[in-house]
Amino acid sequence: MLLTVKGLSKSFLGARALDAVDFDLAAGEVHALLGENGAGKSTLIKCLTGAYHRDAGEIALDDQPIDPRSTSQAQDLGIGTVYQEVNLLPNLTVAQNLTFGREPTRFGLVDARARTRMAREMIEGYGLDIDVNRDLSSYSVAIQQIVAIARAVSLSGKVLILDEPTASLDAREVEMLFKVVRDLRSRGLGIIFISHFLDQVFAISDRITVLRNGRKIITEKTAELDRVKLIEHMLGHALEHEVEAQMAAHADEQPVRPLAFSFRGIGRQGMIEPFDLDIHEGEVVGLAGLLGSGRTESAELLYGVRVALTGEARDANGPINIRNPRAAIAAGFGFAPEDRKTDGIVADLTIRENIVLALQASKGWMRPIPRAEQNRLADDYIRRLDIRTTGREKMIGELSGGNQQKVILARWLAMNPRFLILDEPTRGIDVGAHAEILRLIRELNAQGMSLLVISSELEELVAASDRIIVVRDRRHVAELTGADMTADTIVRAIAAPGTAKEATA
Amino acid sequence: MRNPRLLPLFATIAIFLLALLICFIQFPNMFSTRVLGNLLTDNAYLGIVAVGMTVVILSGGIDLSVGSVIAFSGVFIAVVLRDTGLHPMIVFAMLLAITTLFGAAMGGLIHALAMPAFIVTLAGMFLARGAAYMLSIDSVPIQHEFYGLLQSYIALPGRGRLTLIGFLMILVFIAGILIVHKTRFGTAVYAFGGGEATARLMGIRKGRVTVMIYAFSGLMAGLSGIVFSIYTGSGYSLATVGTELTAIAAVVIGGTLLTGGAGYMFGTFIGVLTMGLIQVYIVFDGTLSSWWTKIVIGLLVLAFILLQKALVRLARREETLLPA
Repeated sequence: MLLTVKGLSKSFLGARALDAVDFDLAAGEVHALLGENGAGKSTLIKCLTGAYHRDAGEIALDDQPIDPRSTSQAQDLGIGTVYQEVNLLPNLTVAQNLTFGREPTRFGLVDARARTRMAREMIEGYGLDIDVNRDLSSYSVAIQQIVAIARAVSLSGKVLILDEPTASLDAREVEMLFKVVRDLRSRGLGIIFISHFLDQVFAISDRITVLRNGRKIITEKTAELDRVKLIEHMLGHALEHEVEAQMAAHADEQPVRPLAFSFRGIGRQGMIEPFDLDIHEGEVVGLAGLLGSGRTESAELLYGVRVALTGEARDANGPINIRNPRAAIAAGFGFAPEDRKTDGIVADLTIRENIVLALQASKGWMRPIPRAEQNRLADDYIRRLDIRTTGREKMIGELSGGNQQKVILARWLAMNPRFLILDEPTRGIDVGAHAEILRLIRELNAQGMSLLVISSELEELVAASDRIIVVRDRRHVAELTGADMTADTIVRAIAAPGTAKEATA
Repeated sequence: MRNPRLLPLFATIAIFLLALLICFIQFPNMFSTRVLGNLLTDNAYLGIVAVGMTVVILSGGIDLSVGSVIAFSGVFIAVVLRDTGLHPMIVFAMLLAITTLFGAAMGGLIHALAMPAFIVTLAGMFLARGAAYMLSIDSVPIQHEFYGLLQSYIALPGRGRLTLIGFLMILVFIAGILIVHKTRFGTAVYAFGGGEATARLMGIRKGRVTVMIYAFSGLMAGLSGIVFSIYTGSGYSLATVGTELTAIAAVVIGGTLLTGGAGYMFGTFIGVLTMGLIQVYIVFDGTLSSWWTKIVIGLLVLAFILLQKALVRLARREETLLPA
């Protein structure tokens, strides 16, 4: 075994994050590490990379016991990590990033030509055709991710840890990344792969280890594990019936609902072609499409993040003018954006402050919401949405992704909106929280709220929506209802003829 | 454009050329080696301290102490030369050691206490100014004969003078360009400005680099203080109040992003010359109040902040339009 972990334990303030976990990794293997948020995956990884120091247990690399105390020490030992958010510097060139910290020098000055050569050698074999002397930020996230891998491999060369590397990649880019991962595997690297996307886990991994509540549940060959079993291991209970129940709800006769909002010819050049959209009261409309197809752009126009250059919006009382988010909020809209970390949460504020933020903004800062009222709102939503926290005054940045998402939902629910747009509400959060968010969506629309849900997870979208609109090449191309609404038909609509552009876009 | 970060540098150069053109049209006789020589001499201390400031700002920090350190340097040199028989070169070495250590100490505090550079160097600003007052509250003239040598110059054709300190500024800028663009330390500085957490994950030693950055700024402030004392022939604790802000303005007009991570040392050089040129223009005009210099500089700084903002917007728009 390349890497062996025995009886690893780690506690934080008395809370057991890892409890005698065993783990091993062979050379030339992709080993997936799965578990809900809080299962102990990141703690295990951080113990391996030296970011944390273990309380008990042994780690051996090539049968030699190791004790990394910092990421750079782990790197020198042979353990390299690539994180979810690309951890390279966008303001430096690709070559500077690759050679960072060991630039070739001549007479004490960096030798630019040797650096270029070195960088080219480092990315050789990764199938990248890029100019290493351009800024890293001029390349797509997928390429940046591969550059990060190239750097990690050349620095460490034995164990490569990929922590959610595909979170912000589209399907084509994921394939590109997987090709690189497979190449590295055949070169004899041991690769630990962490992802929330089960499809990807099944596609790439040789073995799977599931953690739950800080304990190792199983390690199994991927080929011998089926999806339902795996999810059961991860959750500790069966999830299936939950989704099924939601699916069954579709079969019910749908009542004719009054029209809540109608959008006609909304569009903006370069973002999305003009589209029509009717939203009924208490309806969930799903928006499906590849990353960059115009899903988010549609939502941004509806909510006034960018102003629509054409078209008009009406509600029951007549035309409404959505010229900016403020106007949208006044019209009863809410929007939980895709990039929770940068556009959604204010990490340095508490849960309570994050929840009352939009409500307070709409009232105006001259009329503060009384503290007691804030407390009541926060406690109410923490209970109703089952936000797992030690209290309302905890910094939201300290919560897990799923709980952060719930706080953002709470922020909009406190506004009591008529129309709520959720962009990728389940991205980057664990399977259990997925189901809860789905249930919340259902509850909300039972109360008469209209929702627009954007998601890459097609099954989920089908389960949650009354109607699905498919976006492709910045155009709304299909609308699916009733029995037509399956992951299969969506994929076919996305892949319909005329999509050659998609592949090169 | 191949590299959008070059745009501010081009803007800097374009503004400088435009300023030159305006000067040339209005006062053709402004273009003499004499004015050029004076431009270098008069701005030597500012240029040198701006080199240090560029490094600090590129790293995403700020150093508010440099103006006070320059004043302290002048007073220190003048008082030590007056009261002891030490040779000026020895005094210079002592002074540079003091200011470098002072900068290093601020860097150490910024790192150890995880405090914003703004606060720590603000404290440094008061400390250094106070130390200058402690040495002397009066203007102390420097009468060492070695200073006559230091004030020497090479005569340029057409009555111009390339002074030692003007020449020194150019040398310091060349050194600054090499340090920022051609050393590992320079890459680390950019990395810091690009993202401190990321830079740390990439194996940078944060404490060491922070100390080096502020020590370098301290060294430059000390050197600038020496140059200022040669320039004025005295040391005065009330001198160079607000020079740190002028230096920051020069860096910004030079096209460096105030939040760090992007910019060029050469741009700062042009920034300093642009500011000097405005001053010369006003002197030539004769009717304008010298305060117009401040107004024009203020407008230029504003223009560059707007330009940077527009660039960031533009980059973001490209991203939203072409996400794949």
